[in-house]
Amino acid sequence: MLSRPPALGAQSEDLLVTTGEAGRVGGRLVASWHSEPKTANPAIALDVVSKELITLLDADLIHINLATQRTEPALAKSWAVSDGGRRYVLELRQGLRFSDGQPFDADDVVFSFNLYLDPKVDSPQRDLLMVGGKPIKVLKLGPYRVEFDFAQPYAAAERIFDGVAILPRHLLEQDYENGKINQAWAISSAPGSIAGLGPFRLKQYVPGQQVVLERNPNYWKVDAARHRLPYLDEIVFLIVPTEDAEVIRFEAGDLDLLEKVGADNYALLEREGGAHGYRLFNLGPGMEYDFLFFNLNDLSAKHLPEIVRKQEWFRRREFRQAVSLAIDREAIVRLVYRGNATPIWTQVTPGNKMWVDEAIPHPARSLEKALELLRLGGFTRRADGTLTDSQGAPVEFSILTNPSNAQRSKMATLIQRDLSQLGMRVNLVSMEFQALMARAFDSYDYEATLLGLVSGDADPNPEINVWTSTGGTHVWALAEVHPLPPWQTELDSLMQSQTALLDFAARKAAYDRVQQIVAEEDPVICLVSPNVLAATKAGLEGLEPSVMRNYLLWNADRLYWR
Amino acid sequence: MKLKFALLGLALIHVLVLGAGFLAPYDPAEQNRDFPFAPPMALHLVDTQGHFHLRPFAYAQIYHPESSAAVPYEIDRSRMIPVHFFVKLAAEGGMGQSGEWRLFGVAPPHRLFLLGTDDFGRDQFSRLLYGGRVSLFAGLLATALSLALGLVLGGLAGFYASLPDHLIMGASELFMALPWIYLLFAVRAFLPLHLGAQESFFLLVGLIGLTGWARPSRLVRGVVLSARHRDYVLAARGFGASDFYLLRRHILPEALGVLLTQAALLIPQYILAEVTLSFLGLGVSEPAPSWGNMLADMQKLYVLESYWWMFAAGVALIPVFLLYHLLADALQQSP
Repeated sequence: MLSRPPALGAQSEDLLVTTGEAGRVGGRLVASWHSEPKTANPAIALDVVSKELITLLDADLIHINLATQRTEPALAKSWAVSDGGRRYVLELRQGLRFSDGQPFDADDVVFSFNLYLDPKVDSPQRDLLMVGGKPIKVLKLGPYRVEFDFAQPYAAAERIFDGVAILPRHLLEQDYENGKINQAWAISSAPGSIAGLGPFRLKQYVPGQQVVLERNPNYWKVDAARHRLPYLDEIVFLIVPTEDAEVIRFEAGDLDLLEKVGADNYALLEREGGAHGYRLFNLGPGMEYDFLFFNLNDLSAKHLPEIVRKQEWFRRREFRQAVSLAIDREAIVRLVYRGNATPIWTQVTPGNKMWVDEAIPHPARSLEKALELLRLGGFTRRADGTLTDSQGAPVEFSILTNPSNAQRSKMATLIQRDLSQLGMRVNLVSMEFQALMARAFDSYDYEATLLGLVSGDADPNPEINVWTSTGGTHVWALAEVHPLPPWQTELDSLMQSQTALLDFAARKAAYDRVQQIVAEEDPVICLVSPNVLAATKAGLEGLEPSVMRNYLLWNADRLYWR
Repeated sequence: MKLKFALLGLALIHVLVLGAGFLAPYDPAEQNRDFPFAPPMALHLVDTQGHFHLRPFAYAQIYHPESSAAVPYEIDRSRMIPVHFFVKLAAEGGMGQSGEWRLFGVAPPHRLFLLGTDDFGRDQFSRLLYGGRVSLFAGLLATALSLALGLVLGGLAGFYASLPDHLIMGASELFMALPWIYLLFAVRAFLPLHLGAQESFFLLVGLIGLTGWARPSRLVRGVVLSARHRDYVLAARGFGASDFYLLRRHILPEALGVLLTQAALLIPQYILAEVTLSFLGLGVSEPAPSWGNMLADMQKLYVLESYWWMFAAGVALIPVFLLYHLLADALQQSP
């Protein structure tokens, strides 16, 4: 039974008219999450599941279209830039209402930005909203006009507004003033107490089982036929803890889509898909990449003498380069990802077409060259093949992996074998992911680790966290290092200077240099970038799969059942 | 009869895994990256033309990496690979030393995979034999440790009664109430990172053995308690025998039967403990095989659905368990 689309509101509503073919209204979509969302509160959400929920419940001023990777108007219908890129004046859509029916205006925007920028709230957005080390200034110019002042020109420009959810002042102001904003909007709160401007609103949360979203009747987009979006009545997220369980439930018909699936299960679906009419998506290399890194933190020789001794090796560029040269990336692509991955030698993946530096060399695996580099670095091989350092100590270290990630565990076994051919003895230590992260991020009690990173945006700006020495995701050396190696100083200045370069070519040149340094110095040894693979049941239309999260559901407002 | 059969069967299995260095055609860590998940190769004596060959042979397998089939291998009946006996292994590092003698093998570049390969193209047959060493001997050694501890502590508790008895039996109750698998998890998490395969094996044995002393000690205590007041013990004591002499000569031998039965029950339990821990990634680490970490691959849906030969380690556990239970049964019946 399909109902007629909800009638359009008063003419004063400034609705966004989308292009493209009009869909059919109604139906529900069943998807899955590996864990429950921790919160529906954008000011404290850190985990990917909560973030995905929030993109469905809330809206931003200017949005990045994940299919084109470019910005487009959202709650702001237009904007003007002045003062050499330092001032943005945004015109808001008029007559919009939150999902609880209350009106939206500039006060909500000012409230939201001030909340995110408040150091007391300590929201994850705060770092991203600092330009040139200073918070953005937000001024209300009129009921539907807001001015944003940056301390210096900002290269990524309007991308800064993407993902900054606009909050309803009428619901959250009291909590904010009482200092209780971090407790607001827990996922278990009454659905009526949570409201946003996104295509859906929370309907039901059953702990450990499911989260049900329903259509936001006040959503501000309409299709070409003037039907109010979204098309779907409901989206249900079942909590399914493992990918294998997801695949089984997808095959059983319980799930309508698999947003992201591993290469092995993709092959399984490919074999069985024909009979069931699944639609499979192989989107090519994504924004994610796997890498190996050594512990380059400055450590106290008293607490971790063994690791400090081995850092003598890890700090040698020749050692890291030799490891990189000895790793058989092709084998990782073939055996771990069944060909659905691309080898990489620097951090920008081929999926990021705008920023990838095509000039980065792709040296083939070569044990001879690796051994030559090690010889230059003062290492020698004993008669039995064991590699020893200049003190005569055998080169032996451990790599941490987490067994819950089958791909990286497999990669580690391949790397162990590859490096044994250089005479290095590698021990694999598998531990639970939280324990691994505690070692890598808090105690620094590790020698080498395999991890994956996902760029949240195609733009290099969010990567500042990874490549500058003070960044929070500067994984290989989170503790302060004295003195900084010269290449790290150069990385710091390049990453800082590119934020203020408004000319794309100049910025690209700066970021190309960053990629070159990463490729040459190997602070992290980039290995492969897996393809983004997804599957849906037949009949789901309006899909514009993206290599970025949320792969299939980023345009959930336009999905419909045929 | 039963006893002989069980002992013979167990001896055979243990000899097989002990002889892994000679019986297995390959190094268990050797990766053949061009043969991932190759199916088992059958040995033949008669070729496609009906000719009989005295020397067994296998047919070559062709790998089609582009194929979407579950097992993208094709048997090439035009290429026969003869099996040679008493060959020298040309290994490239790892566990096996190059130049080792092996019972059988094929001339490189051909490969013989009697039980297929895993995801790295490692020979499952070789891994099964080498892995059996770890799993079976972890069970044996851990049992020996448990029984030795149980014998000493149970003997002391039974013989001296009163305070030692209260203390030891109290501790044993505590140990029996411990959820040991979580305990092992916790202990493993605090261990240093630099454990090689050997260290982690002995650690595993130590952990499993140490946590299991409670039950055998209670059994021994019961036996000792009843033997303590036997006439011949009292007589020996009257002649001035020392405590140690009494325990060694008269009392503990009484517990021997109980201990043997207990051993036959504990060994399979401890083998299973090793398998469980390795299955969960807490046992011996890659690339050393054990039956547990070989079975760990079965946690993955695609392996479970497509590659039946990966069950080999699970299948191998069945006769081992049956034989040990048969042994326990036989030991209990023959006093």
